[in-house]
Parts: sequence; C-alpha cells; structure tokens
Amino acid sequence: MINKLKSKDLLGIKDLSPEEILLILDTAESLKEISTRDIKKVPALRGKTIINLFYEPSTRTRTSFEIAGKRLSADVVNISVSSSSVAKGETLKDTAKNLEAMNPDAVVIRHSSSGAPYFIAKILECSVINAGDGAHEHPTQALLDLLTIKERKKELKGLKVSIIGDITHSRVARSNIYAMKKMGMDVTVAGPSTLIPVDIKKMGVKVFTDLSKAIEGADVIIMLRIQLERQERGLFPSIREYSRLFGLNVEKLKNAKEDVMIMHPGPINRGVEISADVADGPYSLILDQVTNGVAVRMAILHLLTGGV
Amino acid sequence: MILIKNGRVIDPANKIDAILDILIENGRITEIGKAISHQPSAISLIDASGKIVVPGLIDMHVHLREPGYEYKETVKTGTESALAGGFTSIACMPNTKPVNDNQSVTDFILDKARKEGVVNVYPIGAITKGLKGEELAEIGELKSSGVVAITDDGKPVMNSELMRRGMEYASMFDLPVISHCEDLKLSEGGVMNEGFVSTELGLKGIPDTAEVVMVARDIALAELTGAKLHIAHVSTRGAVSLIKGAKLRGVNITCETAPHYFTITEKEVIGYDTNAKMNPPLRTEDDLKAIKEGLRDGTIDVIATDHAPHEVSEKEVEFDRALFGIVGLETALPLTLKLAHNGVISISEAISKLTINPARILGLNKGTLSVGSDADITIIDLDKEWQVDVTKFKSKGKNSPFQGWHVKGVVEVVIVGGHIKTNYL
Repeated sequence: MINKLKSKDLLGIKDLSPEEILLILDTAESLKEISTRDIKKVPALRGKTIINLFYEPSTRTRTSFEIAGKRLSADVVNISVSSSSVAKGETLKDTAKNLEAMNPDAVVIRHSSSGAPYFIAKILECSVINAGDGAHEHPTQALLDLLTIKERKKELKGLKVSIIGDITHSRVARSNIYAMKKMGMDVTVAGPSTLIPVDIKKMGVKVFTDLSKAIEGADVIIMLRIQLERQERGLFPSIREYSRLFGLNVEKLKNAKEDVMIMHPGPINRGVEISADVADGPYSLILDQVTNGVAVRMAILHLLTGGV
Repeated sequence: MILIKNGRVIDPANKIDAILDILIENGRITEIGKAISHQPSAISLIDASGKIVVPGLIDMHVHLREPGYEYKETVKTGTESALAGGFTSIACMPNTKPVNDNQSVTDFILDKARKEGVVNVYPIGAITKGLKGEELAEIGELKSSGVVAITDDGKPVMNSELMRRGMEYASMFDLPVISHCEDLKLSEGGVMNEGFVSTELGLKGIPDTAEVVMVARDIALAELTGAKLHIAHVSTRGAVSLIKGAKLRGVNITCETAPHYFTITEKEVIGYDTNAKMNPPLRTEDDLKAIKEGLRDGTIDVIATDHAPHEVSEKEVEFDRALFGIVGLETALPLTLKLAHNGVISISEAISKLTINPARILGLNKGTLSVGSDADITIIDLDKEWQVDVTKFKSKGKNSPFQGWHVKGVVEVVIVGGHIKTNYL
C-alpha cells in the first residue's frame, strides 16, 4: 500500500494510478469523521497557506475547498477573477508568479480554459490542484463521486455507471470516465448525438442516444447539468425536447436496478435534466456527494501539503 | 565574378543532377558546366565539393508582419530569418496593419525590402478590402504595384459570390488566387484538430471538414471562372484527394503544404503546448500519410512555411487564448530534406517544391540555374546534423514546436542576385 501521491499536483485523474485513487479515498474516509465533531478542526495543516484561484463562478467547489482547508487548520485565501477583467488584466502567468512570491503551499485553480492548471503547474513550485478546467477534467468531483459510490456499494469493480447529458462540454464526465475505468467499472455515456464528443468510445465507454437503454441495469446514474447556451448554439432544439428525451424521472428509472444510486455534480436544473421526485427521492445521493466533497478535498490537501 | 566548383548541382527545372561548376557574373548565371576554367585574381571561388548546389529556395507563404506588427517581425528580421533558412525569395501575406489591399502598402513593403531586406520580397495583395470579405480590393492597382498573387489568407472569403468575382477579376491580370480554405462556421471556436485528442483534452475541435468543404467550393469556383487557384497549407486527406481529382480533370489548380503537416500530428498538443497551435491545426497520422502521398504523386506542388511569428507573451498563455501559428523559415529545409532522407520523395523533387514550382505559380523568373537567370543560389550540406535552438533564430518569433529537434541539412552558402550573403565554407 502506498502512502503518498507521486506528483506534487493533482491536475487530472488521467495521471493517477488506481493505487493513488484508493489512497485518496481511504484518506478521505478517515478524515470524514472530523466534520461530524463538535469542534470541526484538527491541526494537520497549521501554518500552511492555500489559495483558491477561481476564474469561473463557483459556490459549491470553492466553499468545499475552503471548508476542507479550514478543518485542517490551513489558512485559506479566496481569489475570484471575473473573466471580463482577465481580458484587460494581467496574464495567468503573471498572476501565478505573483502568487508564488507569497509562498503558498497549494493553489487550487478553476478556469474556463482546458489545460490552465497544467500551465500554472509548470510555473509554480507549490502544489496545484485542478478544481475544474474547461471541458477537460474535474478530478476532485470524480473522486468524491467514487467515494460516494464506494460508501454505499463497498466494491467499485464491476459496477455499471451511466453518465447522462452534455458529455462534450463536461469535465465531470471525462474525470469520471478516467476514474471509473481505472477502478474496473463499466461506464456508459448517453446524450443527444450533438453533445457526444468525437471518438469518445476510445476512452473505453459505451455510447447511447436513448436514455432508457443507457440506464438499463445501471447501479449508478450520474446526471449532468444542461446549459441553456448550448441550445442557442444549435446543439439541441429546446429545453422542452431535451427534457423529454434525456430528463430523468421516476417513470424512466424503472429500467435501472432497484437500488440504483442517482448522482449529480450540481447545481441541478430541477425539472430539466432531473425531476424533483428523483432529485429529492430515496435514490438520490446528491447531498451525500456534497458532504463527501469536503472529505475528499481534505484528503487531497493533506496528501499534497501535509508533509507526510 | 563568383565561381562555384565541384558541387552536386541539382536544378529540377533543367533536369540536372550532376557534379558541375557554375559561373556568376553581374548578378546572373553565365555559365554552367564541367571544370570551368578561371583566372584566380578576378574571382571569388567557392569549393562546393560534397555539397549540393540548388536554386535559391523560395517560400511563397510568409507573414512578415510589417507594417503594423513590428514587435512580432519586420521585413529586416523576417528576411534575415529567410536567409538563415536558405531562402533567397519570399512572398509575404497581406494580413498586416494596415492590410496590404492598396498600392501604398505594397510600395511600403517593397521599399522596406530594398532598404533593409536581405532576400527578395514579393508582396501578396488582398482579395477584399481590409480582408473583410465585403468588397474587392483594387486588384488591378495591386498588380501594377508589384503583387504576385492575391489572398485573404487567415480569413477565407466566406461569401461564395464575392470569391467568384475575385477569381474572375484576378484572371484579367493573370494573378493567382491563394485560398486559405476554412469554413468559419465549422471551425468556430476551435483550437485544434477535432478527434480523440481534442476529446481527451477537452479542447474545441476544428473538423477536417472545415478545410475540405472550402477546397471543394473553391475547386468548383475555379472550374466556373478558369482562374488560377492555389490552395494554401493543405492539411487533410480530404483536401489532397479533392485536389488530385481536380488536377486530373484539368482544373487550373496548385497547392502547397507546410513542413509541420508532414512531420508532426495533433498529438503534439497533448500537454497543451501552444507551439503546437496553428491554423489549420495539426491533424492525424492518416492525414500526415496523405500529405506525404500527395507530395510524392505531385498533387502537392509546393512546400511553404506559413511562417507566423508571434511574441512570446502571445503564446505563453492558456491554450484557448494563444494565437495560432508557428515560425518555419529556419526549420523548413531540414524537415523537407527528411522526406528525401526517408525516401518519401527524391532530393530533386524536394528541391523543386521549394524552388521552381512556387516560382512558376507566382510567375517569377526564379527557381532555376539556367544560364541567364538571376544568380540566386543555395549551397547545402545534406548530411550535416544540427540541433534546433529557437534562441539562435534570426526571426523575432521563437514559437516553434521543433525546439531541440536533431535534424540534418545545413545551409552553407546563400547567394542572392550574385551577392554572397552567407558563406560558411
């Protein structure tokens, strides 16, 4: 059993070995209990500085990283950069160098450009954690999804997972595909043919454009958020039709296993990709995902900056 | 007087490949033959034993950036870069600021080239005013001021009717129309080739179809108008196949590719290297194979660099935000010779695609070693190895994906108009 990660950074699931994924999940499981204490704080990362550098609006992920850092006693600083100011303002390279000059221990970055975390990781000596880059990866989301599934199912290998929605623009889908394939799971993706990226099958997944076929026998269904701007770009005709074809409701769920788990990276569009009775129903683990998000991010921060 | 002795003279236009001497007087080649005698006092003697002696290389697709973007490149640095790469003539694209869509800009470039340039410079004019694709530029005036072709390079003329009229109009002046084939709607927002690599990297792809549909359109327009059409920077199997078919039907069409399209693929983008970002984008192994086939069977007439210098800060950014383009003048020759070393094409074929073929397309009295022609000559050591080091480039642009590559083929001597500009022998 390994006890640390190979890289100083967490840039994508693609770079992780199955052993590293298990190490992160095991660490998260052991740290999860801290969040249930009366005093939700341990001194593990006392004196460490973590910068949340967010170039895209985010509530859940940024807050989750902030809470994770604080529960481990790190000093967490949030920097939000609106994309409009980027055009006029300093380059990402200069921002990164300026942050480096303040000696942080980790920079958590969310950016609309795929590859931006790789770019700054080459510049920064401290750890860089990808909190979502463009349509590329969102590694901590995939890890918290795995943790949520593992808690419920114990064994990951052999489970059948269906990811439904806009696969083309989804970093959650890509990170989950990498993670789940590495853990020996059976992954299916489905969505409108206009939102399935070229050659996705080469990632080792099955592809459907029919929701009921895609979720047949599924142990886990991950619904992705559909964004209205995709309709404006002519990728599907209307939210109404999208919802009819790819929205999940109790009726359609009959094709899945009886104990199917429903997950969603959030924020959900109620009544669009997921009906209220499914989102709030007994199969839904959406809020467990949020809870596990904190645990997984504590694990990442601890493994990368904890000086084990 | 210059006498080049004992070199292996390769002059594809005259089907010469033999050990010969060349005599140069008053800027022209006056004699070519075996063991030319000479009086030692009055002559510069170049011993080219073991080297190849070829017509000065011609690059018909260069962005000199001046006027307007002198921080990226100037006529001076661009021509110095050309010289370093063995080129004696280059044609420069009109996407400057202001655009070369009128006589004053053409005059400015030619004047700069006379004063500061170290190789011959042939401006290419715009098809439409400001490259806006709205109305024709004054192509007649551009022709009379010295442009050798017209193009809206970088910005295809999307309006098919306007492209038709541009081609018809250009035929009056026997000017070739160079087309950058890209359907801007199909490529919108794209930053690399569309395929498995773009899917994995989460980058917006540009399908090969964006090139192919426009090549198809322009072939149809060439058939309609009879204009001289030249397709720039062919990067896809589909385009090669369409052009091959058009040539078989007798359409008045030529085309070029760039060294990167037969040397590297979309896989270079993995790791988000912005020096692998250009337009058209690097394609797949299969496309690369088709480009090589096209070079071999003659479908692709010309190798041109699409030399596109940018400032470091325009490349050291997020992949999405990086500008398209790479420099090419100082790596084109060894990358082309690699095709010959690997037996894809002969050395003579490689040289013809860098000399006589672009000269014929642009109507230049260049690209041969015929007696009476301009004494533009490049002498090359075919087998000498060197390592690409962008910091040593004469170009202001350092944006090359070939940094650190070990390559073969060194420029030893360059003669432009009878003047020895470079001599390492």
